[in-house]
Amino acid sequence: MSAGTATGGKAHVLGPVEQIPPGEGRAFAVDGGQVAVFRLRDGSLRALPAVCPHKGGPLADGTIDLNVVVCPLHQHAFDLATGCSTTGAGNLRPYEVLLDGQQNLVLQMPV
Amino acid sequence: MTSLLETPRTQPSARGPRRRLVVIGNGMAGARAVEEILARGGAAQFTITMFGDEPYGNYNRIMLSHVLSGEESDADIFLNSLSWYRDNGITLHAGVRVDRIDRFTKHVFSSDGRVTPYDTLIIATGSRSHMPPMDGLYTPGGQVKQGVFGFRTIDDTRKMVAYAQHEHHRRAVVIGGGLLGLEAAYGLRSHGIDVDVVHSAGHLMSAQMGPDGGAVLRRSVEALGIGVLTGSRTTAVLGSDRATGVSLRDGTVIPCDMVVVAAGIRPNVDLAVLSGLPVERAIVVDDRLRVQDEDDIYAVGECVQHRGEVYGLVAPLWEQAVVLANQVTGTDTSALYLGSRTATKLKVAGVEVASMGLHGPELDTDEHIVFSEPSRGVFKSIVVRDNKMVGATLLGDSRKVAYLTRAYDHGLPLPEERIGLMFDLGTPDGDTGVADLSDDAQVCNCNGVSKKALVNAVQGGCTTVAGAMEATRAGKGCGSCKLLVRQVVEWAADGDVAEDPATAYYVPAIPLDKAELMAEIRKRGLRSVSAVFHALAPGGEDAKSKMGLASLLKMMLADQYIDERDARFINDRVHANIQRDGTFSVVPQMKGGVTSVQQLRRIADVAEKHNVPLIKLTGGQRIDLLGIRKEDLPQVWADLDMPSGYAYGKSFRTVKTCVGKDFCRYGTGDSTKLGIEIESRFQGIEAPAKLKLAVSGCPRNCAESLVKDVGVVAVEGGRWEIYVGGAAGAHIRKGDLLATVDDPEEVKVLTGRFMQYYRARANWLERTYAFVPRVGIEHLRDVIVNDSEGIAAQLDAAMQESVDSYEDPWEERTDPMTPGQFRTSLPLTVLPQVPVR
Ligand SMILES: Cc1cc2nc3c(=O)[nH]c(=O)nc-3n(C[C@H](O)[C@H](O)[C@H](O)COP(=O)(O)OP(=O)(O)OC[C@H]3O[C@@H](n4cnc5c(N)ncnc54)[C@H](O)[C@@H]3O)c2cc1C
Ligand code: HEM
Ligand code: SF4
Ligand code: FES
Repeated sequence: MSAGTATGGKAHVLGPVEQIPPGEGRAFAVDGGQVAVFRLRDGSLRALPAVCPHKGGPLADGTIDLNVVVCPLHQHAFDLATGCSTTGAGNLRPYEVLLDGQQNLVLQMPV
Repeated sequence: MTSLLETPRTQPSARGPRRRLVVIGNGMAGARAVEEILARGGAAQFTITMFGDEPYGNYNRIMLSHVLSGEESDADIFLNSLSWYRDNGITLHAGVRVDRIDRFTKHVFSSDGRVTPYDTLIIATGSRSHMPPMDGLYTPGGQVKQGVFGFRTIDDTRKMVAYAQHEHHRRAVVIGGGLLGLEAAYGLRSHGIDVDVVHSAGHLMSAQMGPDGGAVLRRSVEALGIGVLTGSRTTAVLGSDRATGVSLRDGTVIPCDMVVVAAGIRPNVDLAVLSGLPVERAIVVDDRLRVQDEDDIYAVGECVQHRGEVYGLVAPLWEQAVVLANQVTGTDTSALYLGSRTATKLKVAGVEVASMGLHGPELDTDEHIVFSEPSRGVFKSIVVRDNKMVGATLLGDSRKVAYLTRAYDHGLPLPEERIGLMFDLGTPDGDTGVADLSDDAQVCNCNGVSKKALVNAVQGGCTTVAGAMEATRAGKGCGSCKLLVRQVVEWAADGDVAEDPATAYYVPAIPLDKAELMAEIRKRGLRSVSAVFHALAPGGEDAKSKMGLASLLKMMLADQYIDERDARFINDRVHANIQRDGTFSVVPQMKGGVTSVQQLRRIADVAEKHNVPLIKLTGGQRIDLLGIRKEDLPQVWADLDMPSGYAYGKSFRTVKTCVGKDFCRYGTGDSTKLGIEIESRFQGIEAPAKLKLAVSGCPRNCAESLVKDVGVVAVEGGRWEIYVGGAAGAHIRKGDLLATVDDPEEVKVLTGRFMQYYRARANWLERTYAFVPRVGIEHLRDVIVNDSEGIAAQLDAAMQESVDSYEDPWEERTDPMTPGQFRTSLPLTVLPQVPVR
């Protein structure tokens, strides 16, 4: 994957996927912001802004399944694919995240 | 709360002079009538003044039963807070009673000396507890004797709870075996009080059902550990300055510490009588809710008599309030109140009783359908006249209650096969009728919630039944409308209703209760959370179920458990308690709250080195270091070199102790030593919810043992009392005495056995204060102390296995379990955000 593909945004290589244990998330600093990247148990990847829109909870510390992440502070849930809250908190804008040939995480930032 | 709330009386404004509306009585009917008037633009027509004898805003009186039993907190039952009155421009005189009305000059005179003019007056004074004549009810000074209670107001209820929690108060007699009496008895039973109900009629709830139903009900009530005496009248309350017992007509004496009088209610009509208004059994009103022969005085609620009927339930007053508001505001002067059909339900968990209309046939042509199965506590009786249902009594099975209530209220046509009224045989026609209900049809009678309100909640985004119930409070009273609420929500969401995690499931994603789930896990040999999801969860993995499953598997399998870290909550992944700003708190173990110079010095050094923003003594007698960044946790633990205090998990937390006999001049037992031994043995044990323990050296109870999950108290003679199921957080409950033993070793055995039984049986997140009353202390005593089920050895062995698999989680500091276990999740936030003192 090279920079500036499909969505036309900027691509960031975040390093090996092994940084994230299956079923968990980790936070990455990207472009002065923070992104929570999740590695689902079926192997797929998702990325959301790292800060919970409710009261700023660390979403990378949340509990996940194949659909949602549950914030550790007050248990609001967010759809991992769409970023929409399923519990009535604010919504998040998801990022696209892929693996390159070397099993590195590549995050597409929108322009 | 007792202050008079004086909002300046708004002057007649440019909108033209407003008439003065005065309401006497700020209970359910008075406040509801005002709400209905406001909903019809009443604020533009009237300046509104309300008088209420009780020094509060308006609350939901029927929920007092749940407050007494501890199922609701008293703060949660308020319907209109003081600010509601302010926001609506209503002058509320709370804590002020009206003594007289001058209906010629149109003024009311109140106890604070105030004289208030009115143009329109509404009387909504409700009822009070009836104190039947008996000796010794009052002190010579005319006060009700200490320990004797009515059950009508929030103050009555608070006083009863306080009295029941007093440790010397162990026995109560409830006079009256109707709805209110049984709810009072059940509520007191929840506080561990031994209760006898004395009822003068031949069977319980004699106003609602016949003798056959009453006999079945009696067995169900007795099964809750409540004593029942029917056909007996209480003739005297014994005791000179406070109640010590009651005596019955046949001479029987029942010793007790408290007496609750629930022998009926009497309308509050003194004011009306004194003011020359027409009163028979209650204040007489016409179909417009106007007091007979008065143009400007209306009355509503339990204080009225309409067409000869006086009601004692809320459903009629909702209907009355609507008519009254239409009349008073002139919105619809043709609106008439023609009386209500009433249905009742007993609000006692585990005893389902609903009744409506007739209890038995009255005409030769009436059909009477009866089903009785006393061994299961089931009894059903239905009376049909002219193909309409005119009465029903249902015990022990509430599945058809919602349908029957509607059939009764609306006179729905009945299925030809009458048995379809009692049992589900396919879909009865009645259940498809939700769409036909009118928008303002009342779905929940207890909280007065209409179909429209529920539909609005669903359209506003509450697409689960539980969510819609929470938003509207529908179904939160007696619970009899839950099925109808569900149907309305499903209909409004057009089938798109998010399924509620059925309350019986241990975790939402797996449709099994705890026992079934454990059996499946054993049968299939499942050892990890992902394997359980794979085998048993129809929808696969579920974030909200993970933590509960992880805890259950660890409990069941001890060191055979395959620990997948993603199934843990963040606290358990990093062994610390996450704080509001994403930092963590670190609480090292300090067994029994005992520390040493070395520990204190080390903690001080660590706090200094890591610049810890807040050092705080916890309620559990330890030292909390707050505001630690996740990435610093391993270093902090290494520097502390103390084991984890488990102040973060759903697990055994701490044993609080008092100094005990070595130092304290009152102490009779070595509470500190025993506390430390208990903590050493059970440290870190997972459980469905947290466990906080305490050991006190004498009944002065400095370690607050009576309000702990397990609390131990040394008593004279070298003996130890073990209490279980206590709490003093959001919920307050005094623990129940499980056993009194001679030997500290025995304390440890029974503590472990109780905790293991709780681990095996309690629902996820069910604290012992809910678990113990749910299963009953007698049952626990049987199983744990007397080993009636023969499982004691098995429980002890399972606990021993968990004890043996203990490892201090803070040892993970040198060898993280997962990549990035302690990696920061909020790299760019300026920390800490908790205040630094
Ligand atoms: C424990 C309990 C459980 C119940 N459970 C149910 C149930 O499950 N289902 C059901 O349908 N009903 C139930 N009820 C009955 C229900 O609460 C009443 O029907 C309802 O509260 C009647 O409303 P009301 O406004 O007429 O009277 P109240 O709610 O009693 O209000 C009257 C108010 O007027 C005040 N007042 C009286 N005189 C004066 C005066 N002179 N000046 C100023 N203020 C005055 C009183 O202090 C009181 O606050 C229960 C009642 C109790 C006590
Ligand atoms: C989010 C807010 C809170 C947090 C994070 C918190 C955290 C804790 C922790 C970690 C402990 C255990 C300390 C230990 O094990 O030594 C504790 C104990 C305690 N907390 Fe809180 N608490 C909170 C709110 C409250 C509230 C609101 C109350 C009171 C209503 C309360 C009452 C107590 C009491 C009484 C104890 C001591 C229990 C015992 O003696 O066993 N806490 N709290
Ligand atoms: S509970 Fe009793 S022994 Fe313990 S400190 Fe208090 S008075 Fe002393
Ligand atoms: S901060 Fe995420 S749920 Fe409150």
